[in-house]
Amino acid sequence: MYEIVAERELAPKIKLFEVKAPDIAEKAQPGQFIILILGEKGERIPLTIADYDGEKGTITFVFNEVGKTTKQLGLLREGDRIANITGPLGNPSEIKKFGNVLCIGGGVMIAPMLLQVKALREVGNTVTTVIGARIKELLFYEDEMKALSHKFYVATDDGSKGYKGLGFMKELIEEEKFDRCIAMGPVVMMKTVSEITKPFGIPTIVTLTPIMVDGMGMCGVCRVTVGGKMKFACVDGPEFDGHLVDFDGLINRQRMFLPEERLSSLLWEKLGGCGCGRR
Amino acid sequence: MAEDKPKPKVKKKAVPMPKQKPEVRRHNFNEVALGYTEEQAIEEANRCLQCPKPQCVPGCPVEIDIPAFIKLIREGKFDEAVKKIKEKNSLPAICGRVCPQEEQCQMNCVLGKVGDPVNIGRLERFVADWERQKGVTVPEKTPVTGKKVAIIGAGPAGLTAAADLAKLGHKVVIFEALHLPGGVLVYGIPEFRLPKSIVQAEVDYIKKLGVELRLGYLIGRIHTIPELLKDEGFDAVFIGTGAGLPQFLGVPGENLGGIYSANEFLIRVNLMKSYAFPVYDTPIRIGKHVAVIGGGNVAMDSARSALRLGAEEVCIVYRRSREEMPARKEEIENAEEEGIICKFLANPTRFIGDEKGWVKQMECICMELGPPDESGRRRPVPVKGSEFVMDVDTVIVAIGRTPNPIIQRTTEGLAVTKWGTIVVDENGKTSLEGVYAGGDIVTGEATVISAMGAGKKAARAIHQYLMNKK
Repeated sequence: MYEIVAERELAPKIKLFEVKAPDIAEKAQPGQFIILILGEKGERIPLTIADYDGEKGTITFVFNEVGKTTKQLGLLREGDRIANITGPLGNPSEIKKFGNVLCIGGGVMIAPMLLQVKALREVGNTVTTVIGARIKELLFYEDEMKALSHKFYVATDDGSKGYKGLGFMKELIEEEKFDRCIAMGPVVMMKTVSEITKPFGIPTIVTLTPIMVDGMGMCGVCRVTVGGKMKFACVDGPEFDGHLVDFDGLINRQRMFLPEERLSSLLWEKLGGCGCGRR
Repeated sequence: MAEDKPKPKVKKKAVPMPKQKPEVRRHNFNEVALGYTEEQAIEEANRCLQCPKPQCVPGCPVEIDIPAFIKLIREGKFDEAVKKIKEKNSLPAICGRVCPQEEQCQMNCVLGKVGDPVNIGRLERFVADWERQKGVTVPEKTPVTGKKVAIIGAGPAGLTAAADLAKLGHKVVIFEALHLPGGVLVYGIPEFRLPKSIVQAEVDYIKKLGVELRLGYLIGRIHTIPELLKDEGFDAVFIGTGAGLPQFLGVPGENLGGIYSANEFLIRVNLMKSYAFPVYDTPIRIGKHVAVIGGGNVAMDSARSALRLGAEEVCIVYRRSREEMPARKEEIENAEEEGIICKFLANPTRFIGDEKGWVKQMECICMELGPPDESGRRRPVPVKGSEFVMDVDTVIVAIGRTPNPIIQRTTEGLAVTKWGTIVVDENGKTSLEGVYAGGDIVTGEATVISAMGAGKKAARAIHQYLMNKK
């Protein structure tokens, strides 16, 4: 059992948990993820590690309350326990001095992006950061990112804050030479970023979060085509060359269980699992 | 009860195993084979000739004294019969159900020359079940040695090695990457062939021997093997991580929705119990027309699970013919009784999707058998121009697995074959001192019992290594 030692709401329905997990905290590195399960009947869900503290023995992750499991998770409070957490999983990010790095974090993945930016800064990179969300209310970590970034930009899908969409990045790249681009966020966002950077030949790394079950190289549900070859995000990734990823295939695979996910979440709410109907 | 004089006449026919009727069982996940009653077990045990030089024992990978335990059943001493088995095998309820006895102990049975061999597996299962119902007794432990062994993987190989080492007085910790112990016994083999409560009970027995289980520990990522030996205080390590990544056909359209690897399909259904979705949270979607690609036990398990999940038609597509099918004969029979269709000498060439990215058709090509290949089976060769199309909405690819690469990638100096399996000597010792391995991670995909045999052998070698180590 893994105890939640701190919780924070970063934006509506976006929560941060800091959890006691000393063995994982000791080994975690940027870019890795965990799989958690809430109980005997639960499903295994992957979440990217957003921070870790080997001395305190804690790891931090951020999640969006979208499905049954994340909604259930969101009901837990400081002092509550999570049945099982497995990690760290996946290959760590390559962190070294690249020079001038452009980082784009979108949605809930802004959180692990902050960890990347910190790590990239520590080894002497200059970092320009873009954070994005659907609407301005869903943005978080603006001050934290700004403090670490050489240049800092905000983008929203609806233009309610900062730039509208990511189109502005093109000018950004035309004006300044970047040695590497790192994108973490929704698949559509990572696809857009990869399309923008490709003509400029900027090596672009994306973090893929396909459906996973075991997350350790057994089931193959996380398969994705990269450079025409079948790769498994859990053991070969989760980071891949954004210019080689078949994003459309990935988007299709991510939708596979949408009807079931909706049903599960709806039933749970109707049966009062969320607690609102009972009290 | 006791009756030691030779039987007047050999009974050629084995006592049949009571089973759920096919038309009933194809709609439920309850166990198919129901097990012998006491009378049936004694009747079957009475068929054993008690050969002075038993041929069955050399056929058993874990060296059970088969005639001895059968004699005890015959005498109604079920308690002692279980003890006799457990001297060698800590997982009898599992082995009695999933071992391919027809290729092992029973293959050598003298009675097999004149009729059915003694049904050793069913007798093993009977006494194990009898003991579980009555309450399992734990053997007395030998004095502690003060040595610590790490076992990686709580599957058949790891559990066997753990039990044997714990009985010898060593402190044993099993690191299991999944959230439940059992390995293939819980994620692979379906409930209707091996109820999970039985796996749980056998794991509990191993825990009672003093073995500690750490769940959710993926060795290689959380601790590496050198760290276990250097920093975590272990004197030896056994790697029993099993078969890993699923193999795919490598044909167009394989990433479409509705196409599962058998591993994914079975993990969802067995480990995550998605047959009980939405009571259990992990979903599975099964269509009306299911094709299962492959001819092994995993293909049979997948096909029979698909049927139970409500598929109208399940077709096994295998590129060779019935004779070459690697699945157990009993399982093929069970599958066909339940209404599963086998299509031989065919192989998929591409998958065709609908506008939503879901598989709707599978194009196959007919095959014919050429000369034998390196496996000794006749090599299937495509027949030019013989393509045909099947309407399918679910495909399960069950054509084998390749070893999980994580330990190999994170353990410097560990010798590995070109297929990614770990190299060991005849005692299960790897290229690293104090590190042993066994099961599918060494042999590639094989059986539960061969993994258990490897675990047993390695445990013996580890014990020797520990006792010689100062």
